[in-house]
Amino acid sequence: MNTGNKLSTANIVLLFSILILVVIVAVPVILIFITAFFENGKFNIAGIAKILSDPDTYQALLNSLIIAAGTTLVSTTVGTFFAWLVARTDLPLKKTMKALFLVPFMLPSFIGALAWKVLLSPRAGYINKLLMAIFGLSKAPIDILTIGGIIAIESMYLFPFVFLQVEGSLERMDPTLEESARISGANLFTITRKITLPLVMPSILAGALLVALYSLAHFGVPAILGTEKGIYNIPTKIYERIYASGGSFNAIRVGTILSTILVISAALILKLQDMLLKKGQYQIIAGKSMRPMVMKLRGLKIPLLIISILYIGITVILPTVTIFLVGGLKTYGLSFELKNMTWNNYLKIFQWKMTKDAIWNSLYLSLGAAFVTMLAGTMISYVIVKMKVRGKFILQFLGVLPFSLPGTVIALGVILTWSGRFGINLYNTPWIIFVAYIARYMAFSIKSNSASLSQVSDSLEEASRACGATHWQSLKNIVIPLIKPGMISAFFLIFLPALRELTTSVLLYGPTTRTIGVAIYALNEDGETVRAAALASIALVIIFAGETIIRKFLARLDQAKVKVQE
Amino acid sequence: MAQLKLVDVTKKFGDVIAVNKLNLEVEKGECFSFLGPSGCGKTTTLRMIAGFEDLDEGELSVDGKVFSSSFKKYYLPPEHRDFGMVFQAFAVWPHLTVYDNVAFPLQIRKIPRHEIAKRVKMALQSTGLTHREESYPGKLSGGEQQRIALARAIAINPKVMLLDEPLSNLDAKLREEMRFEIKDLQKKFGFTIIYVTHDQAEAMALSDRMLVMDHGIVQQVGHPLEIYNKPANKFVFSFIGLSNFIPVNIEEGKAVIDGSNETASFEAPLELGKKAFLACRPSEVDFVEEPYTGANQLPPAIRARVARRTYLGDIVDYKVAVGNAEIRIQKPRRVQGPIEGSLCTIRINRTLWYPLE
Amino acid sequence: MADLQLSAVSKSYGTHRVLDKITFKVNSGECFTLLGPSGCGKTVILRLIAGFESPDEGEVSIGGHVVATAKHSLPPEERHIGVVFQDYAVWPHKTVYENIAYPLEIAKMPHEQIKSAVSDAIDQVNLAGLAQRYPYQLSGGQQQRVALARALVTKPDVMLLDEPLTNLDANLREEMRFEIKELQRKTGTTIFYVTHDQEVALAISDKMAVMDDKGIIRQIGSPDEVYERPIDAFVYQFLGIPNFIPVAIKSGQAFIDTDAVQGAAELPLQALADFPSQRFPGPKGKLACRPMDVILSRSIHPETMVKAKIVRLSLLGPIVDYLLDIGGIAIRAQMQTEAAMAQDLLIEEGQECGVRFAEPKWFSEDGEAIR
Repeated sequence: MNTGNKLSTANIVLLFSILILVVIVAVPVILIFITAFFENGKFNIAGIAKILSDPDTYQALLNSLIIAAGTTLVSTTVGTFFAWLVARTDLPLKKTMKALFLVPFMLPSFIGALAWKVLLSPRAGYINKLLMAIFGLSKAPIDILTIGGIIAIESMYLFPFVFLQVEGSLERMDPTLEESARISGANLFTITRKITLPLVMPSILAGALLVALYSLAHFGVPAILGTEKGIYNIPTKIYERIYASGGSFNAIRVGTILSTILVISAALILKLQDMLLKKGQYQIIAGKSMRPMVMKLRGLKIPLLIISILYIGITVILPTVTIFLVGGLKTYGLSFELKNMTWNNYLKIFQWKMTKDAIWNSLYLSLGAAFVTMLAGTMISYVIVKMKVRGKFILQFLGVLPFSLPGTVIALGVILTWSGRFGINLYNTPWIIFVAYIARYMAFSIKSNSASLSQVSDSLEEASRACGATHWQSLKNIVIPLIKPGMISAFFLIFLPALRELTTSVLLYGPTTRTIGVAIYALNEDGETVRAAALASIALVIIFAGETIIRKFLARLDQAKVKVQE
Repeated sequence: MAQLKLVDVTKKFGDVIAVNKLNLEVEKGECFSFLGPSGCGKTTTLRMIAGFEDLDEGELSVDGKVFSSSFKKYYLPPEHRDFGMVFQAFAVWPHLTVYDNVAFPLQIRKIPRHEIAKRVKMALQSTGLTHREESYPGKLSGGEQQRIALARAIAINPKVMLLDEPLSNLDAKLREEMRFEIKDLQKKFGFTIIYVTHDQAEAMALSDRMLVMDHGIVQQVGHPLEIYNKPANKFVFSFIGLSNFIPVNIEEGKAVIDGSNETASFEAPLELGKKAFLACRPSEVDFVEEPYTGANQLPPAIRARVARRTYLGDIVDYKVAVGNAEIRIQKPRRVQGPIEGSLCTIRINRTLWYPLE
Repeated sequence: MADLQLSAVSKSYGTHRVLDKITFKVNSGECFTLLGPSGCGKTVILRLIAGFESPDEGEVSIGGHVVATAKHSLPPEERHIGVVFQDYAVWPHKTVYENIAYPLEIAKMPHEQIKSAVSDAIDQVNLAGLAQRYPYQLSGGQQQRVALARALVTKPDVMLLDEPLTNLDANLREEMRFEIKELQRKTGTTIFYVTHDQEVALAISDKMAVMDDKGIIRQIGSPDEVYERPIDAFVYQFLGIPNFIPVAIKSGQAFIDTDAVQGAAELPLQALADFPSQRFPGPKGKLACRPMDVILSRSIHPETMVKAKIVRLSLLGPIVDYLLDIGGIAIRAQMQTEAAMAQDLLIEEGQECGVRFAEPKWFSEDGEAIR
């Protein structure tokens, strides 16, 4: 809608949107590259080579890649299998199982890792001790503090990424694609192999990509399970260097170089997915919906159901219970008997300044960041989706950029930008975490808001203009009410992950600005396992409560949205 | 012997009876259509024939061999029925080339490679797709995608071809073209066609015989012309083309249009009662030039007022008012008709009668 | 109610010139249809009139006031128009009542007046009793009625309709076009209607313009003018099913052109009345005839008919459709089923018959009509 005099308003909005993204996203990224490649204003390739050939950092890079590859492989296999089980077999209790398979999403993976360390560490793991007692072993049978352990634990909590994608695509797939194979004479096994799997391959890849990007830059699990045995990946290495040197510029520079490698790896993964998808981009969604054919599991029905339930039990319930029990122990290492338990630990979490602060910091930082990011994302999305202005491709590029930026990288960029270089020093204040959260979650907000805006047909807004309403009136009366569900879900999509954030916060916190994640991590590092578990329990209660309320709420919104769209 | 035989076939979804005691025999080489509004049970019937739905009651046999039977508790899965089938949404596999799509059913049957190549070539040639062999379906138009589906179905040389609204996703012009292509394929390969559609023109143009269905119940079976000329009931009449249902009052076998003070009357069948509908097609009503002579002509001439005249090119569409009735009339452009608002005399050339409900 | 005028309006997107110096006038109270194939730029014209786009050159005026030039363009909300879109554009979060009341609320009309105006509008489009429903509870046809009422309720100077019936099924489309015409008669609004469906255009228009795929207006006139006296072969073929027979003229007589059709016999066509040999500009041309104007006969009178073979006969309900072979050229013929039965003309495939063309049209080689 570019009628002469409105052009300037459009341009103001465009410029403002670009400004936000440049300050929040572009400047930090550029500073990382500059810091990595230039020393004292000179291009410095030798420095980079030196850091990369340092066995210490080289090993971290290798570990990052191995962990990411392993996690992706395991998560994709597990996620695809369970998705197929729910969508294409006559597994009993399908609806319940579908909901249960998404529960691992709720459990922050570093809390899961904490629990598994308690259970399976070679020295004092409860399960190890139990097994040793039962079988009379002299050595712990399972060691979780290994790369294999890290891969196993990450996969446990990341496979829902794949499950969600694949299950959704199986559900939306036109059943006649499979029926026509059947009438061609193929049995269900052949159809699954030759038709169904190839058709959902793009979704499998999309899920795998999310897992790979996440795992590559993941701090929590390797930090808890790896560092004790000297296993570092890039994020934990960066943290170690900066932490050990007390935040020296040199350490930060090493960090930026490692970050650059992360960014390049992420870009390569994205490029690879793009190439694979280009070959297989097809429309498999049908209008006329019918029930798809399901494979009869017959004798395997009950065993597979039991396996599924056990899987959920082991990955979610066992660690959750462990955390709550450990949080109630009088001293770490005691057995779980009633005489060894106390409520005191939990009460004290709300009395200690450090833990009290952490809860408070996390709450207001994530609420504030979610709110601001949602609003900014709505505005930027509106420019991208609805406005016909030149130069919006800059927004499109900058808007999705943070999606492929690991949290560690964002943290370093934010440090470089907001430590006084431009006259503003936010270091050691909560604001630096706030800014980092906005940068980290902007892509979520733009994605969610763009999706809901593109559902709002242009003619709805134009009809309002034709009715005599001005541009602003049309926005207020028509567009905003229609995308409200999208805005609200964007808010929660940011609020919930921010509440438990660790990867970014751990590089940015100051003495009084610990977040929940940081506090749990720090307590654990200091050997305060019981306190860490108690705080983690409280975090879990907050998260579970929040998720439940929000899911109910989002389900209601979804229903309303479906109605509106029909 | 009939090739396809359905005996008392019934299907329920929960409490809803989707298909109710359907009996049908289709001869070899026939083109047989199921016609009806959406939700009438025609697709469910087709899916029972294909084997995607089991039947709750009844028996289905092909060439004397039982395929599904509630009496014998037998059900042959679709992959063993050797039918060809074409779906509304094309259902061609986007990850396979045109060639591989068509070859798939042959590969499943473990036919030797050179034989597959021969048969795929033949199927592609018959559907005019030879030059598309290596393309992926996503790059092709809707018409071409539906041709792939047809080629895939004929590749196994089926005895029976099932088509589920195969042309509904295509535009009008292509729809018309493809209709005849399907007919030509049938002539060439000699398969029996079971064709499901909601488009009466399509059913009539294609079928040797057709079945009109509503609410899971067969309303009429017959040759298209027979159904057009002698619709079994009001539903069939209205579903098969534009229709006028004129309310009439009947006294001693003489029917007068409701609300008109016309003295002219129609001879009505005796069993109808006091009130009924006189049904006629818009093309079956003429404007009469000769002077109005009143009651004694048969069929009677009636005075009417032209409420609306719409020019549609080849055809001019009129709405005339008689008493409480409005009658649609359609005449070729070349026929001189009255102007809007004028009084005219009309004659209904062919009348059918239906009870009020 | 007001007139509407476009003078030399041009519009480009990038280097692509969609509209080039478009000029036409719609009289006050008239139903004017712009008919053209998809992608021809007809919707762009509607959007220029509405103010969703602005012209690069030329001007648009409504009721004598210039609303858009290359330099200045009045925003849509200040043009006092009503717009109905193809996808209805009914606001899903507002009830039928709230949708229709919205333009009046924006205009700050007093509450009581809004109430009565909306209920009048609801009655006018036959939606009585549905005021409190949400759009998702309505059928497509009902949603489009809401859109019509919303566009009409402010009594706009001009109503713009952009393919409003395309998303409806055939029966509803037929019904709605009569309803729109009826509404126009009742309200006397000027209507500018954009469509690619020639049947709707013929049925609804007082006047229509036919646009080709390059965005050039070929002909403007009343429906029967355009249908009966098409200015060229494009207009002719766009308005209905066309039959074209390539013709070669030899010493003042017309024959089927054997060069143009492979395997065609050089049949003399002089039997067909009205061959305008004097006015024919060149040695070649085209003879055109609508399927309904191809007259069949079981007996062949060589003085007035050409011989044809029935290739295919299909019954389409009220219409019988024939595919004929006349000297190697495929010709479509159509008759009303009743007439065909009454005259015993359901001729079996493969049989021969006589054919006469009623009201044939002649076109020169480059497609210009010869009258």
